[in-house]
Amino acid sequence: MIGLSHYLIVSALLFSIGLIGVLRRRNLLMLFFATEVMLNAVNIAFAAISHFYNDLTGQMFAFFVIAIAASEVAVGLGILIVLYKKHGSLDLDDLATMKG
Amino acid sequence: MENFLASLFTFQGFAFYLFSFLTIILFWITVMSNNVLYAMTSLASGMVLISGFFFILGADFLGVVQLIVYVGAIMALYSFAMMFFDATREIKEKNTNGAVVFVLGGLSALMLVLMFAAPIHSESIQALYPMHEGVGNAQDVGIVLFTKYLVPFEVAALMLLVAMIAGIILAGKKMDQSLTEIMDEDAGEDEILTQKDEK
Repeated sequence: MIGLSHYLIVSALLFSIGLIGVLRRRNLLMLFFATEVMLNAVNIAFAAISHFYNDLTGQMFAFFVIAIAASEVAVGLGILIVLYKKHGSLDLDDLATMKG
Repeated sequence: MENFLASLFTFQGFAFYLFSFLTIILFWITVMSNNVLYAMTSLASGMVLISGFFFILGADFLGVVQLIVYVGAIMALYSFAMMFFDATREIKEKNTNGAVVFVLGGLSALMLVLMFAAPIHSESIQALYPMHEGVGNAQDVGIVLFTKYLVPFEVAALMLLVAMIAGIILAGKKMDQSLTEIMDEDAGEDEILTQKDEK
């Protein structure tokens, strides 16, 4: 049967995919997509633990993660639009103004 | 292998393997694609499939919230934001330094091992808010959310309000001008200047 470890492995795989995305992306919009992938992976782990330990706390945390993701997207996209107006691109290498 | 085949022919096992296979492929496309439209579409469909995981796990309300908030609201917000950016253009990205990726990848692998080793030390976990038999998931969630988690819930509501105001203020400046027109005008002026220089 499908156990807790199956779900945790899938969640870890998805989290790693998101992490790879965060490490390799240079475009800010694509970086946001990669963070969404990571947040979703964590939500799967929360729901699975909540189911297999018969405890509602995991689902509560998943709700709060979704709420935080929503507000992150609202603020983040506003900042992206301001940056795009200012620099004309969303590339992190173009946005680096502090040259060391 | 026999376990795998046996679990594949139950409803839960088949759904689990199908959903996990598809989500991993879709999120891989999200992370690796150079086209914003492809990345966004695969992210949205991956999120729909993740709500399928929640339904298998009996978290009905969470699945519905995932569909409404993530697929409905967040992806719609992304697609609105994409109208401001030039979405048809291929994104060119430089590959990062290999040593940095190696160190960061090693650290995150260590973190993953720690995360998997942690449950070994937590055999004595007991349910704080156990689920009730015969009560729907939405009712159960509602009771816990509005008694034990009332303060975090209100704080989350306040945080969403602040985020909404911040989003409006950040994005709302100079909304009467089109971004692409500003870019075209700038490019046009540059061309005119260079033409003058040539003359």
